[in-house]
Amino acid sequence: MSNVQVPITPEEIAAIIGTTTENVFATMLGLEVQAGPVDAQSKLTQEDGKVVCLVSFTGQWNGSGSISCSALLACTISGKLLMSEYEAVNDEVLDAMGEMANMIIGNFKDEAAAALGALSLGTPTVIYGNNFQTRNWNGQSWIAVPFCCEGERFEVKICLVPSQDKAGR
Amino acid sequence: MALDVLIVDDSAAIRKILHRVLAQTDIALGDVLEAGDGVEALAVLEKRKIGLVLSDINMPNMDGLQFLTSVRARPEWNNVPVIMITTEGSQEKVMDAVQRGAQGYVRKPFTAEQIKEKISSCLGAQ
Repeated sequence: MSNVQVPITPEEIAAIIGTTTENVFATMLGLEVQAGPVDAQSKLTQEDGKVVCLVSFTGQWNGSGSISCSALLACTISGKLLMSEYEAVNDEVLDAMGEMANMIIGNFKDEAAAALGALSLGTPTVIYGNNFQTRNWNGQSWIAVPFCCEGERFEVKICLVPSQDKAGR
Repeated sequence: MALDVLIVDDSAAIRKILHRVLAQTDIALGDVLEAGDGVEALAVLEKRKIGLVLSDINMPNMDGLQFLTSVRARPEWNNVPVIMITTEGSQEKVMDAVQRGAQGYVRKPFTAEQIKEKISSCLGAQ
């Protein structure tokens, strides 16, 4: 299936991902993160030992936002957020990572609303495991932005397609 | 007199953070109670006299705006200060919450200072 044209460019989406992610990390964790080069053609992603958080969009545009990182970085982020120490991924880490995704993707949604119209968010889903793959339902590309935090890499991704109502007009 | 506070959020992480922020305030804090959605929060209000509510908007079962409407519909709860703490930052959502009777609105991500200032201003205005 061919990719659908979204009314903002991948670079604009990447810029919004960059500012919202930096803001959430600085405000909630006191950490500076820096965005790397955007990948606008990300499709199948192999995940191994990673924590992946997914938040769905509904409204005039459907799709999802995702953040993914190593178990080590998930423990570091959760420790700073909750002022605790975590040596392994547990329920508190998964919940903290879900909330980080909720804040990053939620702020993205509001910043992108000028171009995309009103969107609503679903409840975050958090996955942790080895040797699994993530892809979008119809093969639609992600717009993926890598970040560096505490010497580890994490990724924030967005995928948007028109909703059936919008596509039917 | 100590103030009992109710935190309403489906995220245990946010409830833990707000618990910590409340402990840093200079208000005379009583019990800090928690609820995971609006339905649980209404059940807490039925049983306890709550002096301040901090509530998310996007939650399962009953969201924060429906919860706020239910609170304001009850005369005995009409004066309980409710502060919304949410990722929802659109002007429409803010206006909706204010019209339904929210005394304060804080967008996530937030700093501890922002929460403390909002609580202070809400309680001071009473």
